Amino acid sequence: MTQKIMLGNEAIARGAWEAGCRVATGYPGTPSTEIIETIARDYSEIKSQWSPNEKVALEVAAGAAIAGARSIATMKHVGLNVAADPLFTFSYTGVNAGLVIINADDPGAWSSQNEQDNRHLAKAAKLPMLDPSDPAEAKEFTKIAFKMSEEFDRSVIVRITTRIAHSQALVNIGERENVPLKDFVRDPKKYVMIPAHARPRHVFVEQQLIKLKDYSNESGLNKIEWRSKKRGIITNGVAYHYVRETCPDDSILKIGMVWPLPDKLIKEFASQVEELYAVEELDPFIEDYVKSLGIKITGKEIIPICNELTPEIVDKAMNKREAPPATPQYEGNIPGRPPGLCKGCPHAFVFNVLKKHNYVVNGDIGCYTLGVLPPYSSMHSQGCMGASIGMHMGFEKARGDEMARNSVAVIGDSTFIHSGITGLIDLVYNKGTGTVIILDNRITAMTGHQNNPASGKTLSGEPTYELDLAMLSKACGVNRVTVIDPRDTELLEKTITEEVAAKEPSVIIAKRKCILIK
Amino acid sequence: MKNVIFAGVGGQGVILASKVLMETARKKGYDIKESEVHGMAQRGGSVDCHIRFGKETFSPLIPRGGADFVICLELLESMRKLEYLHKDSVLIVNKEQINPAPVEIGAMEYPSDIEAWLKKNFASTITVDTTDVLKDVGTKKALNIVMIGCLSKFLEFEEKDWIESIKTLINEKFLEQNLKAFQLGRELIKK
Repeated sequence: MTQKIMLGNEAIARGAWEAGCRVATGYPGTPSTEIIETIARDYSEIKSQWSPNEKVALEVAAGAAIAGARSIATMKHVGLNVAADPLFTFSYTGVNAGLVIINADDPGAWSSQNEQDNRHLAKAAKLPMLDPSDPAEAKEFTKIAFKMSEEFDRSVIVRITTRIAHSQALVNIGERENVPLKDFVRDPKKYVMIPAHARPRHVFVEQQLIKLKDYSNESGLNKIEWRSKKRGIITNGVAYHYVRETCPDDSILKIGMVWPLPDKLIKEFASQVEELYAVEELDPFIEDYVKSLGIKITGKEIIPICNELTPEIVDKAMNKREAPPATPQYEGNIPGRPPGLCKGCPHAFVFNVLKKHNYVVNGDIGCYTLGVLPPYSSMHSQGCMGASIGMHMGFEKARGDEMARNSVAVIGDSTFIHSGITGLIDLVYNKGTGTVIILDNRITAMTGHQNNPASGKTLSGEPTYELDLAMLSKACGVNRVTVIDPRDTELLEKTITEEVAAKEPSVIIAKRKCILIK
Repeated sequence: MKNVIFAGVGGQGVILASKVLMETARKKGYDIKESEVHGMAQRGGSVDCHIRFGKETFSPLIPRGGADFVICLELLESMRKLEYLHKDSVLIVNKEQINPAPVEIGAMEYPSDIEAWLKKNFASTITVDTTDVLKDVGTKKALNIVMIGCLSKFLEFEEKDWIESIKTLINEKFLEQNLKAFQLGRELIKK
């Protein structure tokens, strides 16, 4: 067996390739981005693409799977919120060829706006979810997910976390399986979810969940490691390794398939140990399920919900280990090293103007969110991809012209395309008068420079139609559209102040490529 | 099991340094786990990699007080890793200073006594001045491999093992410079 050191995300890309996957889609988002990048770089047999957002990515992958090709869609945890609409109903249609969704959670919010635990989404969408503990398993589980998807006619979610996506380890390398295209058979009762079709499909979904629970009990994805029966620990994901390291004498029920959970296996395990514990990151997902079986278990009383786990936190909770002896304390002040806009970043010129005029700034997701930090300190709301324009409209609805004449929305090119465009349509349609600044640096920068529809290049760098953001804004009904180079600071300030003062919708496209693009 | 932390600033090549170490350990048959920070780090933030290798490794994260070697590519970054040291740890620190944002905007000062303080409080601290070495090599980008050269003097692997890893991982165009960087890094350690 050949072994290679791979990043978790590279291992998943390899797993998809070995499984005969033909179509891969995604939207960039830390910690998931390198999966699609690896596929585009290393596995030309797979047709790969960045989509404008996660919803479209999942729809393209679902279409490809129903059309007969093994397909994969990748996204970060909050991206699966965007794709939740297709996720829930494609749960009813099922698949044809295998469909695997990679969902990357971010405990610790290393590069995210929240720490949501997407195991709840698998349960809510009634879909199976696999939960690997390291890069080697991430590859194997991706392959298993394709097989399961076809066997159970379900899309299968593989959930990773930052410490798996961005962890390197030894991975066994295999060859590509030859998986021919499946026939596409027209079957509206399966693929067209009008209510009359959806009702019987819901019955099918519930039947499959019962079969999947058997699989969860028997497949070996969930397994008991017997050691001392004094303490038994149920654990999943990277927490499994923290438990192995810090509790070497305890028995473990390792959860590799986290939905549906293995009820029989849990009961068997619980019945043979004196004390039962759940060690899981984020929510008490396993713990609550065990309690629902009427079994006593200790979990979140000692294991924190907030922030990621570490071996130390597990050691302290399970073994009451004292902290290591304190190292000498430096008495001076150590300056932090927060991330910031690069020297010469085109966004900085815009934020200088916004700060000078003390505008209320409704912000969005991207490098420019760093405008919230000193020296700019010029962002006052920000929630999710595309929210800036809708929130800007809400500020005007709540506080009227006085607010509209003293505020802006700022949004990046990729984020505007992702989900800002609908906010702009709303602003015009419902007679808002606010100013939207599109910070167009020609690239999806924060996640490491991915092309997007406004870059005029595909994932692999091939030329394609370059979406014209000015024309698009005009088509939404905005009459005042200005394209400007933000480095022309005088004109920039004049334009922003004039447009904010104007009592009708304005779009200012501050267009200059990211300083890091060569 | 050996536990090594590389720390630096986004863009200094911390992740490539960790790859060279992992590749060298892999060829010796060790099990390896590593964890790294991406994302916001790309915008000039702090970056670190935890690398663990041994017969069997579990957690990709090193617990506090558990690092055998901490290699810092920037002086100030060493101060953020002290909690990982134990009494026998070796701390190798590049003396180069890169001002973080609070210093750049004049809100804080870059502490002037770090090197002296480290040496006073951690007997096994080794500070290296890589300025001349990097001039000699011809590119500042090879700093990560200079630091690998320093580390190589402390680990069990032979010189040729390291060189083979560098050859595997580094583009042929930059290979000669990096092999030189490795040698000069080794010479910085008087051992």
